[in-house]
Amino acid sequence: MWPMVLRRIGIGFVLIWVVSVLIFLVTQVLPGDAAEIRLGQAATPETLAALRKELGLDQPAVIQYAHWIGDLLTGDLGISAAGGATIASLIENRIGNTVFMTAVVTVVSIPLSILLGLLAAMYPGGLIDRAVTFSTLGLIAVPDFLIAIVLILVLAVQAGLVPAVSYLSGSESFWKKLSILALPIATLVIVVSAQMIRMTRAGVLNVMSSPYVEMAILKGVPRRRIILRHALLNAIGPIVNVIALNLAYLVSGVVVIETIFAYPGLAKLMVDGVQTRDMPIVQACGMIFCSTYVVLILIADIASIVSNPRLRHPK
Amino acid sequence: MTDESARVTPPPDLSENGIQPDRSFEELPDAPPKQGLKLSLVGKISVVVVAFWMVLACIGPFVAPYHEAHFIEENEEGEFYDDPSYLSPSSQVWLGTDFLGRDILSRIIWGARTTIGISLAATLLAYALGIIFGIAAAVAGGWADAVLSRLDDAILSFPSIMLGLIFVAAFGSSIPLLIVLAGVVYAASVYRIARAFGHEIIVQDFVEAARARGEGLWWIITREVLPNAAMPLATDFGLRLVFVILFISSLSFLGLGVQPPVSDWGSMVRENLQGLGNGLGGGALACLAPAFAIASLTIAINLIVDDVSAKAGGSLAKKMI
Repeated sequence: MWPMVLRRIGIGFVLIWVVSVLIFLVTQVLPGDAAEIRLGQAATPETLAALRKELGLDQPAVIQYAHWIGDLLTGDLGISAAGGATIASLIENRIGNTVFMTAVVTVVSIPLSILLGLLAAMYPGGLIDRAVTFSTLGLIAVPDFLIAIVLILVLAVQAGLVPAVSYLSGSESFWKKLSILALPIATLVIVVSAQMIRMTRAGVLNVMSSPYVEMAILKGVPRRRIILRHALLNAIGPIVNVIALNLAYLVSGVVVIETIFAYPGLAKLMVDGVQTRDMPIVQACGMIFCSTYVVLILIADIASIVSNPRLRHPK
Repeated sequence: MTDESARVTPPPDLSENGIQPDRSFEELPDAPPKQGLKLSLVGKISVVVVAFWMVLACIGPFVAPYHEAHFIEENEEGEFYDDPSYLSPSSQVWLGTDFLGRDILSRIIWGARTTIGISLAATLLAYALGIIFGIAAAVAGGWADAVLSRLDDAILSFPSIMLGLIFVAAFGSSIPLLIVLAGVVYAASVYRIARAFGHEIIVQDFVEAARARGEGLWWIITREVLPNAAMPLATDFGLRLVFVILFISSLSFLGLGVQPPVSDWGSMVRENLQGLGNGLGGGALACLAPAFAIASLTIAINLIVDDVSAKAGGSLAKKMI
């Protein structure tokens, strides 16, 4: 088992490296001359040459990449093209906000999804099952921002319970923060749970059709006990896999949600960076999000290897 | 996720396939039964919804009451509005007006063309690329397969929205770029499925027989492999189209997709986000209506796919996704 897990971790590192090469290629090499973009109309041959030298653009792409990745690894993320602030400080201010929001979403959505998934799997075809299956199918197909704007309209505008914009000044207490963030958190919980509920249900039902569960049914074990003792325990591996995969989906989810609620998080920073074509910000945030994604997928893979003896000893 | 050993073809059930002993066989007796496509009620309604939007995407500009960039300035009696933005629904503007005073209904009808057109073109591109490279990799094998598959892994190790953001940051945003971007991003997952099917089919006896007859590579791909992979790929096409619609709409919603004044459902939601604060009477509809247009289309496609895959080749399709 360990050689396989180590192999997967090795592949994970290679993927992160590939991601860094692709981000560098797309944002720095392909769009043409960064110095020209930076100077725009004001470019004269002399200022262009000077800025190129300053940015290191007169060197071959491989050397530029080596400098870039070296700076990135030592935490020197460069200077924002727009404001002149260091990117490290911009990210430092915001990464906590994004981590806080996703952590709360994770803590709420995992138990909720497992519970609803189990309830649905307990009586397949029953009323709960049909309601859960149908609503999650609908929610999966719906854009994230629809869920957000419906929640804003109902809870913030019509009922006036929670604020529609999640602005943080930085000095709020934990509970105050939670109430300000109620809407984005609720939206993300709905988005992520829909997927997890379906997969949990499918995982448990898959186990339910195995011979040993049939044996337990024939022995006369009560249905509730079969689900909790036989099916759930054997479905834990796939469920951990599902959870890691869905946290990876959260990476995409926060991009849209932070923008709607104007939440000062990392994803909002990146979207703003894309709009102003502030490449250093896009590169740094892109690396953070994509590496997180690769690591979560890696955890999902390792969970399924560890939990499934058949994957541990491949043919 | 089934075991290799469990995948044994069940014996053909004569009574269910409608093969009557008194009727002459039109095909060989061991040929797989022809499956007619019978949809449930929900499936039929979904087909109507999807067909409605598709037709509207084609004829939209001819039936829309106004042009997508037309500003409503006066009411039906010819009196000028003080402020034509976020008007409530009336007999003149059925769904109200947006933040600049343009008719929402007209913009949704025009937007159907942009949103569906771009998504359909991107999905077709993704399919063309994915199937060509996927089947080629499966049939050719060797280093070509290895190179293509590693490249595919690299693209799949990005969240799709991140790829979108990075590319838009580098190249700006235009409709052709959006189509190519979504096409390449989603070609990666089509490639995987096409390659898996290719592998599964390429080891079957009938392909081996064709090879033994000395048939060429192209003949094997078009006559033996593709027809056998068609049904699962068709269901996957629906799902992929949903993902592409959501991807394009999300980018537009972030202000990085379709650029104004062209109307597009995703960017309409963004433009009118301010109107949401005015409540249902004055402006929320401008934001909600395009979002519900997207949802009706994507949910309907999803329900059709669900219906079809439950009836035909469901297990195989689910295994691949």
